[in-house]
Amino acid sequence: MSTSVLRKAAPPRNAPLLRPSSPRVNWWLTALMAVLSLTVLVPLYFTVVTALKTPDQLGGSGFGLPTHIRWSNFSDAWNLTHFPSALLNSALVTVGAVVLTLLTNSLVAYAIARNMHRRFFKGLYYYFVSALFVPFPIIMLPVVKQTARLGMDNQAGLILLYVVYGLAFNIFLYVGFLRSVPKELEEAARTDGAGTWTIFWRIIFPLLAPMNATVGILTCLWAWNDFLLPLVVLSDPNAQTLPLVQYIFQGQFNTNYTVAFASYLMALAPVLLVYVFAQRWVISGVMRGSLK
Amino acid sequence: MTSGRTYYLMVLPALALFLLFHTFPVLQGVYYSLTNYAGYGRYDFVGLDNYLNLFQDSRIWDSYVFTFQFAVVSTVLTNVIALAVALGLHGRIRFRNTLRGVFFIPNVLAILIVGYIFNYLFSNSLPYIAEKLGIGALSTSILADPDLAWVGVVILAVWQAVAFNVIIFLAGLQTVPEDLYEAATLDGAGAWQRFRSVTLPLIGPFVTINMVLALRNFLQVFDHIAALTSGGPGTSTTSVAYLIYNGGLNGGEYAYQTANAVVFFICIVVISICQLRVLQRREGNI
Repeated sequence: MSTSVLRKAAPPRNAPLLRPSSPRVNWWLTALMAVLSLTVLVPLYFTVVTALKTPDQLGGSGFGLPTHIRWSNFSDAWNLTHFPSALLNSALVTVGAVVLTLLTNSLVAYAIARNMHRRFFKGLYYYFVSALFVPFPIIMLPVVKQTARLGMDNQAGLILLYVVYGLAFNIFLYVGFLRSVPKELEEAARTDGAGTWTIFWRIIFPLLAPMNATVGILTCLWAWNDFLLPLVVLSDPNAQTLPLVQYIFQGQFNTNYTVAFASYLMALAPVLLVYVFAQRWVISGVMRGSLK
Repeated sequence: MTSGRTYYLMVLPALALFLLFHTFPVLQGVYYSLTNYAGYGRYDFVGLDNYLNLFQDSRIWDSYVFTFQFAVVSTVLTNVIALAVALGLHGRIRFRNTLRGVFFIPNVLAILIVGYIFNYLFSNSLPYIAEKLGIGALSTSILADPDLAWVGVVILAVWQAVAFNVIIFLAGLQTVPEDLYEAATLDGAGAWQRFRSVTLPLIGPFVTINMVLALRNFLQVFDHIAALTSGGPGTSTTSVAYLIYNGGLNGGEYAYQTANAVVFFICIVVISICQLRVLQRREGNI
């Protein structure tokens, strides 16, 4: 419960005299946490003010407010990095990866979870989950060759790789969740003549909604922010995603820091905007994943 | 039984794709590691030469030392800070949801881009501030100093990773029943004692998962390096993942770096197993 009140930091010695449930606010702790949160906010503030400055305002610590705002930093960055194309690629890859992951990974997990008593499916479960021990850098070099040979050095290839590499962790999450879903519903549907496919799409998939949210959020953040996979897989400059574009154009920003920061800000803005509105939902989704 | 066949149909495409894009590359890596393939052209089998050369290559040793040093320091720092922040957020504070939301922000941002922002802070703002304050040691960019550059990488990594671990610890703290604190308080336990003997043992599994996940992620460190140092100055911050990428795809060492990847894989498996064993035993003892 996020509203539970626990006494943690140095309660008075006569604590038992206080009613345990009294919602007294610890203002010192609140202030301390607010100050600590500045470690997160200050770099973001720095990014915003730098993106708004003219190059000659850059000296000093750089934390001052801009005296004169240069909006053309954004249009310069927009043109230089082909921002619309990168944004579209990132969006395409992310949406594709999330939708396909939700539809396929849940299905595979369902088949495994309902057949754990069979050797084949149990083996399959451990086979998929053991891939958690194989970080991407280990298979990176062969994967680059393979995707190039199969003509998958594009956005579609990237989507497929996210769906396949997500399997290990997602199967782990879904199977853990499905074990707590009672089988009675399915059995009732089966006696009414429903097939396995129907049961999955009509009964199980809707029941998986909380896990789908978790898997969707994690996949979305991963595909949107990932840098290494696009870096090694994509060969066509027109297919580049937002983080990759920042890397490619780092040399062209040169010492033009204000334009560079405008570009960073534009690359960070979409996910920040979504996060501001979906904050609670995102955090509860991530939390749910950790409780499995 | 028809439903049995349906279940097989559900998993077989996934199994095929997984074999093709995960298991097959692992095996292919092992195969190439026994050759002198440069990434293009002809190649011959060279047996275990690559592996023997790895152990005599100071570049490789340095990258392992850097990676492990970085990963251990970052894992410990991330978890200590995240636990402290989670305890604070779990206390009787106002604006809890807003603050929690703020602390989670770094988790939704791309490390590479945040890295470029930190790069500027380390190279320009920090030296300026240090100079004004008269701290001579920090008046040049820490990223340009071979002995200090790794600290910059740690700061970025911890800043980003704390966000996720805070959420896991918060989830853990919510599983601790409140009456246990009340009972401990009535028995005269102070704040630290309650933390040591009530909170910590009960959130043990969450500490385990955080340590394992954090170490595993930090051992693969790549984006941070690309954004902050490109492995430099010299090779002082070249991580194993960065070396595999750079040597394998840009340096004509394709086969050699696949051998490096195989060794790295074995290291990670051994570490993961040891870590799970040790942490689970400790949990069992408390």
